[in-house]
Amino acid sequence: MDAEQYGEEARAKNMSNISNIDQVIFAKRKRANKIGLTLSMGAMLLGMVFLLWILGVLLFKGFSAIDLNLFTQSTPAPGSEGGGLANAIVGSLLLVGSCTLISTPIGVLAGLYLSEYGDRSKVAAVTRFVTDIMLSAPSIVIGLFVYAFVVAQVRHFSGWAGTIALALIAVPVIVRTTENMLRLVPGSLREAAYALGTPKWKVAFMITLRAAQSGVMTGILLALARVSGETAPLLFTALNNQFFSTNMNAPMANLPVVIFQFAMSPYDNWVDLAWGGALLITFAVLGLNILARVVFREKVQG
Amino acid sequence: MDITQSHSTPTPQALRIAKLQRVQDFLFQRVTQFFALGVLIALVGILISLTINAWPALRTFGPGFFFSTEWDVVNGQFGGLIAIYGTVVTSLIALLIAVPLSFGIAVFLTELCPQPLRRPLGTAIELLAAVPSIIYGMFGLFIFAPLFAEYIQPVLAATLGQIPGLGILFSGAFNGIGVLCAGLILAMMILPFIASVMRDVFDIVPPVLKESAYGIGCTTWEVVKNVVLPYTKAGVIGGVMLGLGRALGETMAVTFVIGNAHRLSASLFSPGTSIASTLANEFGEAEAGNHLSSLFALGLALFVITFVVLACAKWMLSNMEKKQGLKT
Repeated sequence: MDAEQYGEEARAKNMSNISNIDQVIFAKRKRANKIGLTLSMGAMLLGMVFLLWILGVLLFKGFSAIDLNLFTQSTPAPGSEGGGLANAIVGSLLLVGSCTLISTPIGVLAGLYLSEYGDRSKVAAVTRFVTDIMLSAPSIVIGLFVYAFVVAQVRHFSGWAGTIALALIAVPVIVRTTENMLRLVPGSLREAAYALGTPKWKVAFMITLRAAQSGVMTGILLALARVSGETAPLLFTALNNQFFSTNMNAPMANLPVVIFQFAMSPYDNWVDLAWGGALLITFAVLGLNILARVVFREKVQG
Repeated sequence: MDITQSHSTPTPQALRIAKLQRVQDFLFQRVTQFFALGVLIALVGILISLTINAWPALRTFGPGFFFSTEWDVVNGQFGGLIAIYGTVVTSLIALLIAVPLSFGIAVFLTELCPQPLRRPLGTAIELLAAVPSIIYGMFGLFIFAPLFAEYIQPVLAATLGQIPGLGILFSGAFNGIGVLCAGLILAMMILPFIASVMRDVFDIVPPVLKESAYGIGCTTWEVVKNVVLPYTKAGVIGGVMLGLGRALGETMAVTFVIGNAHRLSASLFSPGTSIASTLANEFGEAEAGNHLSSLFALGLALFVITFVVLACAKWMLSNMEKKQGLKT
């Protein structure tokens, strides 16, 4: 960094020009600097070690559990050998897929409102604040809410309840990124469209949204990554299902809850399956995150 | 058709289009506003439905619910203190460890790291934040807890455990699983959150400020301590609060390693429980009545606590953004 070079030069100059510099204080300052910077580097190293450790353990334990059966067979009954996670994988895909279908239009439209009308409106300011809170609200409380609101009313657990819980987590993510991305679109682009007599809704959909397309995609991918690893809100909504089912109106197997139950179980083959599922889910989430970054970087460069 | 005339008085067709567009624009505004308000309605809905469901327990046990250590499913006596204590203590341990570490990481990423490495290392930290919490839980239960019991707990008991007064925190059996272990796993989880917020606010500091400090001969550490940190104080605290909000509400990572025992114990080695892990473990089997309603009351308490913490974080971070806005 430039500043550091300036600092170095200035220090060198001081050393040569000023002879009455207090060497004791200087040595002390240098020592404090060295200690601080070493600790900071150590912290970074520790962070990297954590990441590599977790990924290493996952790869090591997960790969031994992954075979064809994992994708073709349903979860095993207690005590029985073998089995796979086919029902949980399909269930997770269904839940996350329908959650994306529901939350994308809601999130994008709300984001459009915040960026196109939200400059002077009180409603928008409050919504923005609440969205930020909801971004980190405890996911288990969202599960409680959906339980009270949906499950307790219809009196059975269902895939739809799980979808709603996941959507409540995904929408704030999409709203925030959509708004931020739409704000990056230059005002002159909008004004040029207005000058041609384009109505506001057309400007929003055909000009602003299209210009910010890949940014909005980034938000959706990040939301997807966020919800695919969520366990807590599914515990009392989608619950679990030992059998293969694509009925969204019934309890539905899903990877996170299966991992939770199997990891806590005393059966060795269940624990192995849990590691396999954990590997699948982590790499899906990290893959989505990296994909989101690539999509976004292309847009910034283009 | 006369061109000049069509410019001065719009044709009926143009009028009709303009009218239609006005209606469409009105609809567009209302529809998008409706969805934006949806987020607000969801928040209010959560508060109301939790309160309604928690009401029977709050009425039966009164405000004493939050100060009672009783959690007797058989006799129907419930109090939330143990779970609240577990939540607060694990989060505090997590903060105690994660804040200095993430400060170090942020300093490294903004001041020390060679330019070409900044992006990949920053991304790596963000990926650490993206790992689902259930993975941290499994990692904690199967890998970390055994190592913790075998190597770290005896050392802690032999050193910190010998200090009078403080020693009681580090006494008891070396199970691995317990409050301290949950706090450590939580620290690993919130570390990347706090680190990336801190890095972002450190980046806001105007280069001129740092360069003038370097110009009068400050060391890098002095620049960080006396220029960067005072300038970004609000943002750093906001980041820490954000991490605290995450730690308080974290479910899966804690449930795996905290031990899930409704017991209040002075030792950090002993198993405990937190609000979120109590909910995860008991909600599915709870019978309607006081038990279920007490769980809702715990959920309400958790939501209110995190709401306050997150609101403070948000307020401090937005002050920080305003500062940035004034500068540019």
